Amino acid sequence: MAVLMLTATAAFPEYGDVVLNKRAEKEGVAPVIFPHWFHRIRFRCKVCHSELGFEMRAGANEVTMAEIVQGKFCGACHNGEIAWATDNCRLCHSGKPGLTSRIHGSHETLGPGRW
Amino acid sequence: MSGINLRFLFLLAGLALSAFAADERKWKDLAVDGLHDPASLALPSLQNPRAALRPLPADSAGNQVNWVKTLREGHIKPRTNLLETTKVRVLDQDVIMTRTAEMPYVRFPHLAHTEWLDCGNCHEGLFKSKAGATPVNMLAILQGEYCGRCHGAVSFPLTECNRCHSVLKSSVVKKPAGNK
Repeated sequence: MAVLMLTATAAFPEYGDVVLNKRAEKEGVAPVIFPHWFHRIRFRCKVCHSELGFEMRAGANEVTMAEIVQGKFCGACHNGEIAWATDNCRLCHSGKPGLTSRIHGSHETLGPGRW
Repeated sequence: MSGINLRFLFLLAGLALSAFAADERKWKDLAVDGLHDPASLALPSLQNPRAALRPLPADSAGNQVNWVKTLREGHIKPRTNLLETTKVRVLDQDVIMTRTAEMPYVRFPHLAHTEWLDCGNCHEGLFKSKAGATPVNMLAILQGEYCGRCHGAVSFPLTECNRCHSVLKSSVVKKPAGNK
């Protein structure tokens, strides 16, 4: 006898997605969505979190467009050589309006703590 | 056919089918993940998680990918460093944590972690190098401290108790040094 399980599909973002919206929306651009899964396929954690100086805590990094263009933070790779250049605004600034800066974790729980 | 033969046949069929169980993992497309703006002109250019993650070894939590296995089996070849001067340090050393109340002891494998992380990512800011010197406790971990800095955010979530609490107390003859 088959038992049908009806699972509610809530709109959860992919595990590890980071929203960066400290300044973006205030300055008139869409929030940035950073997908960990796409990047960890290509780079080990130590590259961004040791070499590039990204703090492992959502909200702890002061990332500005000026620094990115100078080759810091995201700009170390997003410079047209390793990855797309910064004139492709929408590829990073792809978030819905009103998003809170945070990391989205916990696949099956709503995630306690400060994530 | 007799009733018994028919039931036996169904049993065999069921067993055969279960050997080819479908991959039941699901990922949301970016347009409906609640984060990306569905009207964003970038969506056609951005890869959906399923395309990249489905071919990788499965897991039951997080991205639903076993990242350690994925790396070790060579499905991905993520770069270890961008700068030539960077020292890439991998350490194979297990730490057994015994202050786990009723739960089995925790085995922390440096190898699986240093394949991805640099020593400085944890030491000395999150964890002291000296065994027993860091007051790790589960409540703090659940709050996003210590192991919880990553586990529950990027690496497998804290619903997977046995992955860390994997050392039965009965299997340990002598308590490791540095633990009270």
